[in-house]
Amino acid sequence: MSVELVRGLRCRLCGKTFPQGPLNFCTEDFGPLEVEYDYEAVGRTLTRQAIESRPRTMWRYRELLPLDEGPTVGRHVGFTPLVKADRLADALGVSELYLKNDAVNHPTLSFKDRVVAVALSKAVEFGFRTVGCASTGNLAGSVAANAAAAGLDAYVLIPDGLEQGKVLGATIYGAKVIAVEGNYDHVNRLCSQIAFRYGWGFVNVNLRAFYAEGSKTMGFEIAEQLGWRAPDHVVAPMAGGSLIGKIYKAFHELETLGLIDPVTTKMFGAQATGCNPITQAVKSDAFKVKPVRRPNTIAKSLAIGDPADGHFASKLIRETGGHGEDVSDDEIVDAMKLLAETEGIWAETAGGVTLAVARKLIEQGKIDRDGSTVLCITGNGLKTQEALLGKVAQPVVIKPTMADFEALVGPEVEAHNLALV
Amino acid sequence: MPTVSVPTPLRSQTGGLDRLELTGATVGEVLQDLAAKYPDLAGKIMEEGQVRRFVNLFLNDEDVRFLDELATPVAERDEIAIIPAIAGG
Repeated sequence: MSVELVRGLRCRLCGKTFPQGPLNFCTEDFGPLEVEYDYEAVGRTLTRQAIESRPRTMWRYRELLPLDEGPTVGRHVGFTPLVKADRLADALGVSELYLKNDAVNHPTLSFKDRVVAVALSKAVEFGFRTVGCASTGNLAGSVAANAAAAGLDAYVLIPDGLEQGKVLGATIYGAKVIAVEGNYDHVNRLCSQIAFRYGWGFVNVNLRAFYAEGSKTMGFEIAEQLGWRAPDHVVAPMAGGSLIGKIYKAFHELETLGLIDPVTTKMFGAQATGCNPITQAVKSDAFKVKPVRRPNTIAKSLAIGDPADGHFASKLIRETGGHGEDVSDDEIVDAMKLLAETEGIWAETAGGVTLAVARKLIEQGKIDRDGSTVLCITGNGLKTQEALLGKVAQPVVIKPTMADFEALVGPEVEAHNLALV
Repeated sequence: MPTVSVPTPLRSQTGGLDRLELTGATVGEVLQDLAAKYPDLAGKIMEEGQVRRFVNLFLNDEDVRFLDELATPVAERDEIAIIPAIAGG
């Protein structure tokens, strides 16, 4: 957590290094910047014992997060449950299945609280008073809530037509929420231009290198919660394509520090067929990720047609021996129901994408049924209720009489009860 | 003449100009003219005749990857915008 653990920022394309700062990209080639650590120095204090003695939040891995001081925003984020999902495993026909459940992350019920905690803590370190983001919904709520708690002004830009739960879930915190006509890629482009013009900290523009590091904590937690090992397979949803890479980076960093055995995890990426630029590239073995002009899916949180990290995500999937798949809106809803009915977890549409893709990859033989598999559940079903309207049973209305009740449940239930006695 | 708008971080390469008037009948030809007049700027956005991976070009607000990329025809009053790609997600 001290400044000397972070060496600076390095371009992922040309390797040019920069001191820490709110930079958009490499000045030579526009390449993305990545935080570099001094792993030898990190390893002096970051041991299994030290981690296990710390509070159960994402900050227990603080030496591998790019803050100079302690976190000032989002101190309670992370360490969400890793649920051993035996009933779902039976339904899918696999032996060892886990759900990393960020649907219950604090405070805004999505994995975005992890990235925002780092980005806004860094924004405070840099002296920003106003922060912002381009968002498909979850990030909007997280920036708004965490900015409110930190006393920062927030501008949140979203595509128009987002789910009501996502819109309310940002405006309630007093953020200035601006709906932009168009899709996420239009919003993102506008935010890049705003970030050049105004001296604001945009979490996924000029704070992006720091922001993205927060996603690693999902990977650190998975490995620790598995008893200090990386799983055989991880299935992660992909929007911009950053999360999947950061989970793998987390495993790799733990390996570098000698905290887990060498990593052989295969990474699997999940998208909706209505917005599948990355999985399409993987499946067709294309060199370039071709953007999708008009994303059209109920998984709005994944509807990024031009994913910034698409190139790196598709490369990682191929290099680790994983695969990518995409699924239809109907398959997404079916999977949301399956997850709820087998494990009691109501994920947002993106969770349906992840599970439906996992099921497809298991059936295709791409995911080995005997290995250990972790599905990343990144958001909460309460925020995407529109996707289920008309797709789940309506409650039956009866009069408040036993006769009505018994007529409804029938002799079958009665017999079952007698058997129990 | 078609114009090319230059993002803030690259204006040091153009003597502070935010819009360049250039010639060419396609996006590629306009970029060739840009390379002749502003070789340093061209070096930032092009590599071996191709637009760099993390640079996007928009012709009148449409991403040229959805048109005909560098072969996209350009009319007299069209505007090409250079937009850094690495953001979001």
